[in-house]
Amino acid sequence: MISEPTRPAVARDALSDVQRRIPSGYKFVEGWGMASGVWSRVWKPRDRDELQELLAAIGQTGRQITLRGSGRSYGDASHGADCETIDTTGLDRILAFDEARSEVEVEGGVTIEQLWKYLLPRRHWPAVVPGTMAPTIAGMVSMNVHGKNNWAVGATGAQVRELDLLLADGSLRTLRPGDEALRAVIGGLGLTGIVTRVRLDCKPVHSGNVRVRAISAPNLSAMMADLERFRDDAHYLVGWVDCLARGSHLGRGLSHIAWHLEPGEDPKAERSLEVAYQELPAAILGFPKSEVWRPLRLVNNNAGMRVLNASKHFMGRFEGRRKDVLQSHAAFNFLLDYVPNWKFAYGRKRGTGLIQFQSFVPDERAGEVFTRQLGLCQERGLPSYLGVLKRHRPDDFLLTHVVDGWSLALDFKVCPENRTRLWELCQAMTELVLDAGGRFYGAKDLVLGPGALQRFLPGADLASFRRIRDELDPDRRFQTDLARRLLDPAAQPGLPLVTF
Amino acid sequence: MHESAETDDYPVRRTAARPPADTRRGAIVVGASSGMGAALVRRLVREGYTVGAVARRGDLLESLRAELSREPGRVVPLAHDVCDWRGVPAAFTELMGQVGTLELFIYAAGVMPAVGPEEYNTEKDQQQVEVNLLGAIAWCNQAAELMLSQRSGTIVGIGSIAGDRGRKGNPAYHATKAGFATYLESLRNRLSAVGVHVLTVKPGFIDTPMTQGLDGLFWVISADKAAETILGSARRRFWNTRYVPLRWWAVATVIKNIPSFVFKRMSI
Repeated sequence: MISEPTRPAVARDALSDVQRRIPSGYKFVEGWGMASGVWSRVWKPRDRDELQELLAAIGQTGRQITLRGSGRSYGDASHGADCETIDTTGLDRILAFDEARSEVEVEGGVTIEQLWKYLLPRRHWPAVVPGTMAPTIAGMVSMNVHGKNNWAVGATGAQVRELDLLLADGSLRTLRPGDEALRAVIGGLGLTGIVTRVRLDCKPVHSGNVRVRAISAPNLSAMMADLERFRDDAHYLVGWVDCLARGSHLGRGLSHIAWHLEPGEDPKAERSLEVAYQELPAAILGFPKSEVWRPLRLVNNNAGMRVLNASKHFMGRFEGRRKDVLQSHAAFNFLLDYVPNWKFAYGRKRGTGLIQFQSFVPDERAGEVFTRQLGLCQERGLPSYLGVLKRHRPDDFLLTHVVDGWSLALDFKVCPENRTRLWELCQAMTELVLDAGGRFYGAKDLVLGPGALQRFLPGADLASFRRIRDELDPDRRFQTDLARRLLDPAAQPGLPLVTF
Repeated sequence: MHESAETDDYPVRRTAARPPADTRRGAIVVGASSGMGAALVRRLVREGYTVGAVARRGDLLESLRAELSREPGRVVPLAHDVCDWRGVPAAFTELMGQVGTLELFIYAAGVMPAVGPEEYNTEKDQQQVEVNLLGAIAWCNQAAELMLSQRSGTIVGIGSIAGDRGRKGNPAYHATKAGFATYLESLRNRLSAVGVHVLTVKPGFIDTPMTQGLDGLFWVISADKAAETILGSARRRFWNTRYVPLRWWAVATVIKNIPSFVFKRMSI
């Protein structure tokens, strides 16, 4: 049985050799909502040298590249069929911190979790954070991620002071605000190059807590009025919407308004600036939090969610009568991290999962559009199980999703049985938004059809984006399924948009 | 509605237009050139699977492919020495590029050189560690990572009743099979939560090149019969550890419970 080892006959292309040095694996790479995905080789370079070596090797094979950070985009923004996937989370060093200017310099794969844990003891907090601490900074830059303070401070793009972009040919560009290319890189869906280093603003804080006020709203217009009242004064605004309530209760829910604390306002400020103080609760109602998705799964149906949402609403009415409370930054901002893997409540079989339909509608039409959207969902028997309302302001990035108005994010369960109906519903809701001059957000989208992007983006912006993309990535090395769906549908007909 | 008629049936039409990759049933068998591995490949290909067949001897894989060329499934041969564990990620990717998706992964490679009762040959032992354990771990790691990400699939490791106790015969062989079984148990505990099943197979005496010329064999079954049982167990997901044939479970239970002070005097 034994004979001398022979040379393996596997070496096939330039990549086989690189594979011996740079960590890689063959995986099913899916959107965070689990409703789309592809099988792909995934590379995880550990520094910029490895990244450059990898780019050169992939270049020799002529294959395309999809960039992926923590994979928190709900849809197909971070996977690409027939592409090499590069996972950038290996570039995870925090490089410098300038306390006087409140600027921090990080590698692209640093996550928000790393960043806030680094900043808080230094009396700072990231200027923009999403609802989960998992995303990478490069991912946030590429999708121009916003937070609950979008209307006040802008999205991630507004915080960027400088960034390094590694192009497919291995060269490095340093971009600063004012450079035209930066307008395409921020919110550019990872199609221009790899964001390897970012210097960005952060916010000085005097306490690890924020002051939070809850206001219960009987319907959507009341909630919008509540939030509008605090627009000039508050630092964070967010509304939770019970999407299953009907009639005069349509859009009822609970608003949370939060303020950073002034010096002296928090007697326990020093203690609250410790990372340990910020930890989220380990158990919820007696369940260890890693298992909470299991009971949630039991109520993940229309009837169960109606009860859950209604009880949350009535609890909220109680909460709304309380005085303001102090809550840690982490507890207030990272609601989605309270229950790890809560998405499994939507099912874990492939083809089953969730999508989030988030639309951004100008102020004057938002109330009407969102009311009609909620009505449509109920009419068609596909209610959203979670709705979140936020206030936004526009910025000047070429593919940006934000407008001077509001967004409503709606989570929907996807399964093979409802997929067609759900996509039809989303298309109807999309029409409402487009007619009202609204926009959409790459980090959430899985449903926009070809032509939709062209309808909401000004033609000049789209043309500028295409021109800068052609300049930075002339050979079209960077690609994602999202980009193919939104930008190149005509160029690549019959593309595998959804692989199930 | 959108202007173009094409958008109206989006994305249903497009989904249907492409044969989805995951309707192709894919499997990988490592150690496919002879014995149980080859028998498993034959059965899977007859059932319509695309089977990535890995073995050191490419010529044997080639003839296996020729033999099965008229069957509904397909053999994707890959010549690879499992001792080269650094080459495993590249080999796995190469194979998966053609197999598509992985429903079933079977590690059937194993060596058992003849070792004399007073022989202590580290070179032979190293070979066994590399093939039976290190190569197994390298390949199963790749399969585990993929199945974790796709949240489906079954990993089958061919262990041995030899892994249940350290007998006199071939210390390193027993050790590698015991190590592999423990490794698989960990894998099972890690992956069961995401719906991935890990089956440890412990064959008794099977009529394969490995057992050719050995004396004192009994209850010998053919490699094909063993393959049938293994595939059945992999699908039913009832057993975590399956003795093949089942009666070896009784034997193993007895042997496992013999106290050491007796066991060391025995000649089995």
